[in-house]
Amino acid sequence: MRVAPRQLVVFLGRRLLYSAVVLLGVLVLVFALVQVVPGDPIRLALGTRYTEEAYQALLAASGLDRPLVEQFFSYLGHALTGDLGVSFRSGEPVTALLLQRLPATLSLAVVGLVIALVISIPAGIWSALHEGRLSDAIIRVTSQFGVSVPDFWMGMLLILLFSTTWVLLPSSGYVALSDDGAQWARRVLLPGLTVGLVAGAIMTRYIRSAVLEVASMSYVRTARSKGLSSGIVVRRHILRNALVPVLTIAGIQFATILGGVIVVEVVFAWPGLGRLVYESVAARDYSMIQGSVLLIAAMFLLVNLIVDVLYAVVDPRIRLS
Amino acid sequence: MTEPRDEIVADEHGAGVAPTDEAARMTPFRLLASNPLTVVSALVLAVVVLLAIAAPWVAPYGINAVDVANALQPPSASHWFGTDDLGRDVFSRVIVAARVSLQVAVVSVTFALLVGVLIGVVSGYVGGLLDVVLMRVVDVMFAFPVLLLALAIVAILQPGMATTMLAIGIVYTPIFARVARASTLSVRHEPYVQVSRTMGTPTTTILRTHVLPNISGPLIVQTSLSLAFAILSEAALSFLGLGIQPPAPSWGGMLFSAQGFLGQAWWMSVFPGVAIFVTVLAFNLLGDGLRDVLDPKQRTLIESRSRR
Repeated sequence: MRVAPRQLVVFLGRRLLYSAVVLLGVLVLVFALVQVVPGDPIRLALGTRYTEEAYQALLAASGLDRPLVEQFFSYLGHALTGDLGVSFRSGEPVTALLLQRLPATLSLAVVGLVIALVISIPAGIWSALHEGRLSDAIIRVTSQFGVSVPDFWMGMLLILLFSTTWVLLPSSGYVALSDDGAQWARRVLLPGLTVGLVAGAIMTRYIRSAVLEVASMSYVRTARSKGLSSGIVVRRHILRNALVPVLTIAGIQFATILGGVIVVEVVFAWPGLGRLVYESVAARDYSMIQGSVLLIAAMFLLVNLIVDVLYAVVDPRIRLS
Repeated sequence: MTEPRDEIVADEHGAGVAPTDEAARMTPFRLLASNPLTVVSALVLAVVVLLAIAAPWVAPYGINAVDVANALQPPSASHWFGTDDLGRDVFSRVIVAARVSLQVAVVSVTFALLVGVLIGVVSGYVGGLLDVVLMRVVDVMFAFPVLLLALAIVAILQPGMATTMLAIGIVYTPIFARVARASTLSVRHEPYVQVSRTMGTPTTTILRTHVLPNISGPLIVQTSLSLAFAILSEAALSFLGLGIQPPAPSWGGMLFSAQGFLGQAWWMSVFPGVAIFVTVLAFNLLGDGLRDVLDPKQRTLIESRSRR
């Protein structure tokens, strides 16, 4: 690979700076979340458990009694070192609670992404290479179906089919991969399928347009006109070049699944980040909401950063622009 | 994207007329009408909207007419979609919920459209530091998954219909800002805008008479697609109990209560879900058809996100 080091370093520097600026913006927004709650967030979080003692303790722990500027810099400093405060509900450290939930969400995201790739790569490529034919139309309409289905409804239908009617798979619950691999697989299958089918439908559309875009390039026409067999043109010129945007799409989808399957996790009683967000919102546990929102946004930015950097390393046109 | 051109070519052959230029002058309406998927989805949407408007008169039963003796009845002549766990007619609730769902979607997308276009047009037209700052704010908002951001907003305010509208509206504002900005940038350097500027036409007049009409294509497409996403978001929020509050019926809320009866009453989970699916699909297909005609170059929202 011919990589011009200086340009790459400049590109990386600019890209990192950009991520840092956006992350700072995310931090400001997440910090502001508690500040803009109408009324007293601590009183709201305590609800019926309110006592003067508990109130004072939580107020001190949350630091909400200090001046705004001081609060912000303290939040910033702590967040950047991984300390996200304590839960308004349980009093446990937010970071520890988040880390507990991460394996379940990661399992779901990995399984979902694999299923999505297995569906979308062949479907998207086939559809693009048969553009305008009946099979292309069928794939396009089917993928549009997948994009339009509410994911949680799809989950309910899968439960209805595979758990209630045929009693093949459990409808809820999570077993850690390290505890029991077989049980993990049985339980991750239905939620994974739910996530994977929807993501697969979305990705099929992008892969189709990515392949179409490459296929319209002049070097593909040149390759064809110099008499290469269409199999070679497809494999060497079209698919190889379409791989890069496909990787990008896969990365984005992975990040989206990591932070975006809140309702699917609720339907399958899946103890992941998404369900944690839901529980915290329902309980008005503001520090927990802040922590999970921050973590999910940061993961999204990180995956985007990695994808962009890989992209630049592979494709010199990006870093030159 | 080669799809739209293909359609034009196909049309030319049918009409026996020559080159692409000639065909490009076909009215957008005729082009739209030549795509059966677009026509069908527009018809489906018309039916959904009519049902939603007429819901209070069309619904055979009251939405909260509890009839415990007839609870969990399968679909029949008297209850087309069956009854739920409290004996309420599922068909009546589905069509009244359509009203609620469309209302939320239309209000929130209108909000997103107005605010987003204002931000996008100003950002794209004025440029400079303002553009940089506004677009970084948009980037920050894009760092949050849609439902997560909506949930955070609900956490700040009280759950309810107004909050749902506001949350979904805010969440979809950045997309419109981006689409409007991109289109404005491409229009800004057109000769007619430059000339108008040189002649001393006030900026607001230029924006109103030259920029806005010329960026409407992508915005119409985005509106249709956003209505689909807004309905999905509302359903998700209501399913979580953080959107439309019972006893008001909502498709998401109905699906939530159906969860406990999956084995006994499939109709409780199937019909509200089908209602969401059909409406969202129709908006998506309509958006796709509109894009092919009005805005061939514009990519879908997530595509543009992935190309950041």
